Amino acid sequence: MDSDSIVEARGLNHWFGSGDVRKQALFDVNLNLKRGSFTVLMGPSGSGKTTVLTLIGCLRAVQDGSVRLLDHELNGASEAELVALRRRLGFIFQAHNLHESLTAAQNVMMGVQVHGGVPDRLAVEAATHALGLVGLADRTTYLPANLSGGQKQRVAVARALVASPALVLADEPTAALDKDSAAEVVDLLKRMGEARGTTTLLVTHDNRILDRADRILTLEDGRIVKVEERE
Amino acid sequence: MSRLLQRLFGRLPIGWLQLTHNRTRFAAALAGVAFANVLVFVQLGIMNSMGAATLRPYQFFQADVMISAGDANSLTDGGNVARQWLLQAMADPDVADGMGFFIANVPWDRGDKDISLTTFGVDPAKPGFLAPEIAGDLSLLQVQDAAILDRLARGLGKEEAAAIRPQSPLSFETEGRTVTAYATFAGGGGFGGDGYMLVSDQTFLSLFPARASAAPDHILLTLRPGAQVEAAIARLKTLISDTSLRIRSYEQAAEDDLRYQQTRRPTGIIFGFGVLIGVLVGLVIVYQVLSTDVADHLREYATFKAMGYGPRFFLGVVFEEALVLGVMGFVPGLIVGTAILTVMGRITTLPLAMTPSMAVTVFLGTVVFSALSGAIATRRLAAADPADLF
Repeated sequence: MDSDSIVEARGLNHWFGSGDVRKQALFDVNLNLKRGSFTVLMGPSGSGKTTVLTLIGCLRAVQDGSVRLLDHELNGASEAELVALRRRLGFIFQAHNLHESLTAAQNVMMGVQVHGGVPDRLAVEAATHALGLVGLADRTTYLPANLSGGQKQRVAVARALVASPALVLADEPTAALDKDSAAEVVDLLKRMGEARGTTTLLVTHDNRILDRADRILTLEDGRIVKVEERE
Repeated sequence: MSRLLQRLFGRLPIGWLQLTHNRTRFAAALAGVAFANVLVFVQLGIMNSMGAATLRPYQFFQADVMISAGDANSLTDGGNVARQWLLQAMADPDVADGMGFFIANVPWDRGDKDISLTTFGVDPAKPGFLAPEIAGDLSLLQVQDAAILDRLARGLGKEEAAAIRPQSPLSFETEGRTVTAYATFAGGGGFGGDGYMLVSDQTFLSLFPARASAAPDHILLTLRPGAQVEAAIARLKTLISDTSLRIRSYEQAAEDDLRYQQTRRPTGIIFGFGVLIGVLVGLVIVYQVLSTDVADHLREYATFKAMGYGPRFFLGVVFEEALVLGVMGFVPGLIVGTAILTVMGRITTLPLAMTPSMAVTVFLGTVVFSALSGAIATRRLAAADPADLF
């Protein structure tokens, strides 16, 4: 395996359901994400984009083929190994999924405390710093209910990035946002990726994002049909 | 509170923040826990007071050994004991003295209502068998139809009772005779009667002509100083040829009575069930609150799972919530429970009160059962699947 690879998938097949309703969702998917790269995964709905994301994100068990993530084989990995690997990833969802009872800073702190043994003071500092990077330094004590849609998604980005993950997995993070907020969020991801060497895999339909990608993969009916390298 | 929990768990007190986010629901949940606590407190209070009321009449007497009929499960239950066994027992070198006594309830027409007095017929010449408070007045009973009355009897006015003295006695009619109370003692209403009264055995037999002086209800014995109670009882059992009799130490008799009231009598069993139902209500309330809360936050929990939080974290959050509900619901439960018991005690003159041991027991029970509810509620956590978030 290429030492510069964060993720390497080989001959990945995946099925949903069982018996007569068993349906194959992925067919022999191969992909390789290099450290610090910004990759966009495109394709019509039902093409298997989300399945790829959940497999790489250790949220589903690999059934057939191989996925190496951060030098760990995911096929056959135990639940405890998967949980430990998930702590090194950053997730950004289509919905912000912030905890309504926690302030912006507390939500971001959850991304720090998952590593355990972090003193409160340091966790608060890290959260405040991350919120500053996404332009929300003056909103740390706000509950999600008092933030706009774009602000909430930026808190979610801060939560994903606060612990400097090796890989960020984002699923249509801009779908619920207006044009300006969407551009802001993507620029943020890109900028922080460049600054910290974070690798990003982003699923989207959004053409506004494509200009920022290093590489665009197109998935159709569970197969990668197009790989487009960009400068 | 938030700080305290944060320190306690070494992480953000998610459970606390989650519970207090919706103030109305949190207040309702605490009220539910408090209600269950009150239920348990009242039932326990009544059960304890039943115990205290059962033991109360035993405190009027002093003795080492009590001889009762085989079916006498309590002071008032069962048959009587032939007086000849008292004489037989006196033959034992360690037995210092003996006294038979009689028990029956007499009605007292108080005008607006009848009250019932549990009346003891005792030998007025043997003050050694009575508690010091009563022993001093015992000689007053040598007069025919004289009585010492329970000043705490239900239906007896405080001033009325306080006025009873040898020079200003209180007379009333019962069982076709006029009984005159010359002195009072502190008895207290129980479950079997509204109060107590002491008369001489002669007066007792006049009130109840059907009873025979040769057959008292129980026989009390005192032993010589330094005598071994158990050894004396063993000897008495061979000395007294009627093997159906129960010959026990006086303390043992009181204990047996208490156990009988709590486990064999319907009242004891009913209040025992009351406690059980209170516990179940509390369990269901806490479970309901916690499982609803888990269901409401499945999306957030799934997100935390995706971020790499393991099962221990989620168990911790649910237990934290259970702890908060248990501890914070206990406080209003204790306050309301104490108030209800105090008011009930005043109305019924039963020894109803909040005791520290009751408070501690219920507190520990609340925490344990809240945690148990929490443990059951965590089963719903399995529904939080991070793969569904995408």
